[in-house]
Amino acid sequence: MKIFRILQVSIRALTRNKMRSFLTILGIIIGVAAVIAMVSVGEGAKQGIQQRFASMGTNLLFVYPGSRNFRGVATGAGGYTNLKPEDAKAIEENCDAVQATSPSISTRAQVVYANKNWNTQIQGTGEKFPFIRDWPVSEGTYFDEAQVAAAAKVCVLGSEVKQNLFEDEDPIGKTIRISKIPFKVIGVLESKGEQGGFFNRDDMIAVPYTTVMKRLRNVDYITSIDVSAVSADKTEEAQRQIEELMRDRHHIMPGSDDDFQVRNIADVAQSAAESTQIMTILLGSIASISLIVGGIGIMNIMLVSVTERIREIGVRLAVGARERDILLQFLIEAVVLSVGGGLIGIIVGIGTSRLMKYVSVFQGITTVVTPGSILLAFIFSASVGIFFGYYPARKASRLDPIEALRYE
Amino acid sequence: MSEKIIHLENITRVYQIGETQVQALRGITYSVDYSEFLAIMGPSGSGKSTLMSILGLLDKPTSGRYFLEGMDVSQLSKDQMAAIRNRKIGFVFQNFNLLSRTTALENVELPMLYASVGSKESREKAMKALEIVGLKGWEHHRTNQLSGGQMQRVAIARALVNEPSIILADEPTGNLDSRTGAEIMDIFCRLNQERKITLVMVTHDPVIASYAKRRLYLKDGLIVREETNHSAEQRASASGG
Repeated sequence: MKIFRILQVSIRALTRNKMRSFLTILGIIIGVAAVIAMVSVGEGAKQGIQQRFASMGTNLLFVYPGSRNFRGVATGAGGYTNLKPEDAKAIEENCDAVQATSPSISTRAQVVYANKNWNTQIQGTGEKFPFIRDWPVSEGTYFDEAQVAAAAKVCVLGSEVKQNLFEDEDPIGKTIRISKIPFKVIGVLESKGEQGGFFNRDDMIAVPYTTVMKRLRNVDYITSIDVSAVSADKTEEAQRQIEELMRDRHHIMPGSDDDFQVRNIADVAQSAAESTQIMTILLGSIASISLIVGGIGIMNIMLVSVTERIREIGVRLAVGARERDILLQFLIEAVVLSVGGGLIGIIVGIGTSRLMKYVSVFQGITTVVTPGSILLAFIFSASVGIFFGYYPARKASRLDPIEALRYE
Repeated sequence: MSEKIIHLENITRVYQIGETQVQALRGITYSVDYSEFLAIMGPSGSGKSTLMSILGLLDKPTSGRYFLEGMDVSQLSKDQMAAIRNRKIGFVFQNFNLLSRTTALENVELPMLYASVGSKESREKAMKALEIVGLKGWEHHRTNQLSGGQMQRVAIARALVNEPSIILADEPTGNLDSRTGAEIMDIFCRLNQERKITLVMVTHDPVIASYAKRRLYLKDGLIVREETNHSAEQRASASGG
């Protein structure tokens, strides 16, 4: 008996109960669609992050405070307060592979202008930030060295913030309040454009890092240093020079762990991508639970179907069907259900991920459907069919023909 | 032995129901000639259904030997039994046992699905079988649109389509009125005479049994009497000639 003809028989059996077949595959449709849509969100975030880092330039390095074991107690990375503005200055002056540095410390604050207010990231930077990040101002000017030294209450708006607080009004020279402190707007940064993921880089306000330290957070440390190497192929050399200098400045004995870490943009992009990868896997596995539930639905309906068709199975056995013919018939029915559901689910999933950005909750999320996630969902749905279809099919094939023919 | 289509040697069948053993057949030795029309009769519980199941290779005897066309088929595997049922045996049941919500043609094609017959050939053979039982023009009607007599004709066409050596009929007219029953019996007689198909039929209706050339009476799992029906032979030779 040829597979193709069994397939015909199976499809005919399924179309006899259209409503039931549809409800059965609905579980698989939802499962597959959920896997594809969820993975596309994760994948979108990952690619957004990668693009974002790629557009920052390849000669960028970051210095972070590091984790260090202190009498057996490890603090997490970033939990340190030992990075000082002087470190940034020293790196710029002493490392010849470095062309510029910008200390960085940020906070979140409520920003008010006239009757509008906005909650955003307040990014404290040095005056070389536009140069290091390759991110010029589109209006006005960036703050200069003197304003940084004086912890001046001046700010440069990201284009998203400008849009939200000023709309079409000219912001230059206006005064806004950040955490109730008045700041004079001296410039607007160029728009980097919405680059996907959960972040919008234009949603920020740049102020001198000294201002954040003294006026907004009242601390004496910075959280990281942006470093620009003289060229892309000098980043490794710059990294080595910075490490050497920092160990010396922080009096770290040979053999002891660093209390800082220097990472280049590729490393940072990598680890950010890894963390979104974990999110993708998490989202995907939650969604795949619904696939398993769908599979149980198939098994349930197949068991009902076998019971309903005991007489039919008896007739088939009487006219010469072998056990494996019956097994194959019911197995194929289950697989047709699950693969059919899988195919429809793929279409629904792609559609959902396309539509997702129009739903307000997901505003700004870019979704990327990869061939890998489609293939995975498809293979998974087919395996669900085989796995959950096997038991009912085996049950059908093991029936005794005499009893099956007599079954009422 | 070689000229016999069926040869049974001391066939027994014991069912184990819980702790009690039920002897359905206690030693049947019998032979059936080619092209014979045999009726098996007996009260319920006499073992005639069990005997039919064994003859139809749906069941195995507990002991004894069963030769079908000279071949010992009493201890075959399930798959071998299925293959022989497919090629050599046609079944007709009291309750027709057609597949619901399928057409007459699809029902008749069913045995060929398991015989590796191509779909075109299978269609042609099924059409021809339906024509033999007088259902030309009804091929695409669904089984629920057919009358009882028509359904039994579809079942006969299905039994016939793989050109079997034997057709086994279990109370084939039990669900039909007497006029339709007679029509069905005429088809059986015609198949027996014109196509030389061996027919074995279980019935408790003496009128239906009178169509058969030989009658076998079973009681308590044993053959108690055998009769040759001369009137049936005469009728056969009359209509044959």
